[in-house]
Amino acid sequence: MSRLNKKFHQLTAEDKKAFIPFIMAGFPNIKYSSNLLHKLPGLGADIIEIGMPFTDPMADGKIIQDAGHEALEAGFKMENLYQMIESFRKIDQDTPIILMGYYNPIHKFGSEIFVKKVKSLGVDGLIIVDLPPEEDSELCIFCLNHKLHFIRLLTPTSDNQRLPTLLDNSSGFLYYVSVAGVTGSKVPVKQVVADEISRIKKYTDLPICVGFGIKSPEDAKSISLSADGVVVGSAIIETVQKGASEREVSDFISSLSKSVHSN
Amino acid sequence: MENLFKDTGSNSFRNGPDDKGRFGDYGGRFVSETLMPLIIELEKSYQELKKDDGFWKEYEDLLNNYVGRPSPMYFAERLTSYLNGPKIYFKRDELNHTGAHKINNVIGQILLAKRMGKKRIIAETGAGQHGVATATVCARFGLECIIFMGQTDVKRQAPNVFRMKLLGAKVRSVTSGRGTLKDAMNEALRDWVSNVDNTFYCIGTVAGPHPYPKMVRDFQSIIGREARLQLEKLEGRKPDTIVACIGGGSNAIGLFHEFLDDEDIDIVGVEAGGEGIDSRMRHAASLTGGSPGVLHGNKTYLLQDSEGQIIEGHSISAGLDYPGIGPEHAWLNDLGRVKYVSVTDSEALDAFKLCCELEGIIPALEPSHALAHVVKIAPRLPKDKLILLNMCGRGDKDIFTVAERLDVSLVS
Repeated sequence: MSRLNKKFHQLTAEDKKAFIPFIMAGFPNIKYSSNLLHKLPGLGADIIEIGMPFTDPMADGKIIQDAGHEALEAGFKMENLYQMIESFRKIDQDTPIILMGYYNPIHKFGSEIFVKKVKSLGVDGLIIVDLPPEEDSELCIFCLNHKLHFIRLLTPTSDNQRLPTLLDNSSGFLYYVSVAGVTGSKVPVKQVVADEISRIKKYTDLPICVGFGIKSPEDAKSISLSADGVVVGSAIIETVQKGASEREVSDFISSLSKSVHSN
Repeated sequence: MENLFKDTGSNSFRNGPDDKGRFGDYGGRFVSETLMPLIIELEKSYQELKKDDGFWKEYEDLLNNYVGRPSPMYFAERLTSYLNGPKIYFKRDELNHTGAHKINNVIGQILLAKRMGKKRIIAETGAGQHGVATATVCARFGLECIIFMGQTDVKRQAPNVFRMKLLGAKVRSVTSGRGTLKDAMNEALRDWVSNVDNTFYCIGTVAGPHPYPKMVRDFQSIIGREARLQLEKLEGRKPDTIVACIGGGSNAIGLFHEFLDDEDIDIVGVEAGGEGIDSRMRHAASLTGGSPGVLHGNKTYLLQDSEGQIIEGHSISAGLDYPGIGPEHAWLNDLGRVKYVSVTDSEALDAFKLCCELEGIIPALEPSHALAHVVKIAPRLPKDKLILLNMCGRGDKDIFTVAERLDVSLVS
């Protein structure tokens, strides 16, 4: 059983929902993001999503755009991400790591070489925003061959006709994008999200985690009533951008995880 | 129109893309899942539209009576004698309503949007020509229009910004990145993903996810079809060399597509060489100075670094200042069917001045690049040959940029 599947089994057994914080690699600098990564399991993270900076993040709102650009300006290279993960895995072998980003940097590196590389470092899955199922031959197929989860995004435009295409080749969990929009913008309506999750559940047994627009412990709590997990990204990054101390950032992440785990 | 959709056989260069939107390995549909159902619906609607005679009748009527097609085929006599080489003809798409070839495509897409019941139109623009064309046609059909334009371009193309506003469009100045066409396109995609129910994204070039590269090409290919008939009438023959400038590549594919299977015709695309093609990357020549990658929904040649991060291009011409190129051009480049070259800012500027002085035509900086290449090759070619250049835009919008380069103050 993969580390990710094991995690969801364990959470189900404990009747808990997954709290999934998103951090941007190299933001605001490499050292800071590496330290934050190491702290996340202690702050209640069940799974960790790490963003890979890209110059042209077309699905992201201003907060995550700016974070990625700042990382690149501070000199971020993919090698820094590999080192971060390597040192994290020396200490933590249980918390699944998902990389999230855009396809071009992977294409440039070489799809299969990239998949092998991150798998060997202890990465558990990929979420690549600009690779719909129609382009599975680009990367998804290599993930399947090398047993790396290729996690699909499902959205408010994924109607019942579209779902089978999306569920094919899916594993690990499904990431439900709670609003038609970019990250950190609109606020999801919890009843709509709950209805969407029950609709999708008719087609799959995979866990469904929800992200985009979840800004506070209250949002996280209400969404986690219907979802199997909650992803929070922009709100965490925004606290850093607004100059919060490391302690304040940790407290915020901790409050998010507590509210998800209190359900 | 029947010529446009004819199957031209398996050895043809004119049958792409395949049903996945691929030209060889290029093209495709690299968009977020939210947009997938939308572009699938768009593809379906476009397929249906192609069979709709009523649509093509309306399209042709608007092109003839609103845009002013067919655009003239002009013998550039003084330029020909100055260069002392082949006869040079200009396909005068700069005489179209709104001053460029862009409107050919916009008419087609807006008629499609209308049939799909979309009431809100968004578009990206670099030089502002596509923005002005979109604002114009939206005004003509009473549709809401929002134009995304990088803040750098808003400054260097101020007259076009004012035109769009006069036409009732909202112009959103995009501050992310370096504020040019690439960033405008990112922002338009973000808007589309946030307004999926009522919005039609009218892309201005032969790039973006399938079906855009194909659809925009189909709407622009009228340029080449007219050109063939006009030269046949004027000269009783085909051209020997056809030349067009390339940013995303819509005017070029519009001229080239008709002639791709005429193997005796040399086809040349001219990219923006900026300050020269070297490691400083101060150019916008994706084919001559870039490598394959994925951006804005398609796989194509891009300006990028070794980590796959996109590099901001540079060109004196805002319309060519884009780090990618349409996927069909990437494919034609690899096959060797079209030769892609580049000219520098200074060469384009010299050609701009030459055209003003010899022909009484102020060209846009974009086709000035194509002209600069003609200036280079014409003196070496036999006089009995025929060169056809796509004069795809007029230069009124560029006089401020040119004045600045020439150190001329327009404010007394």
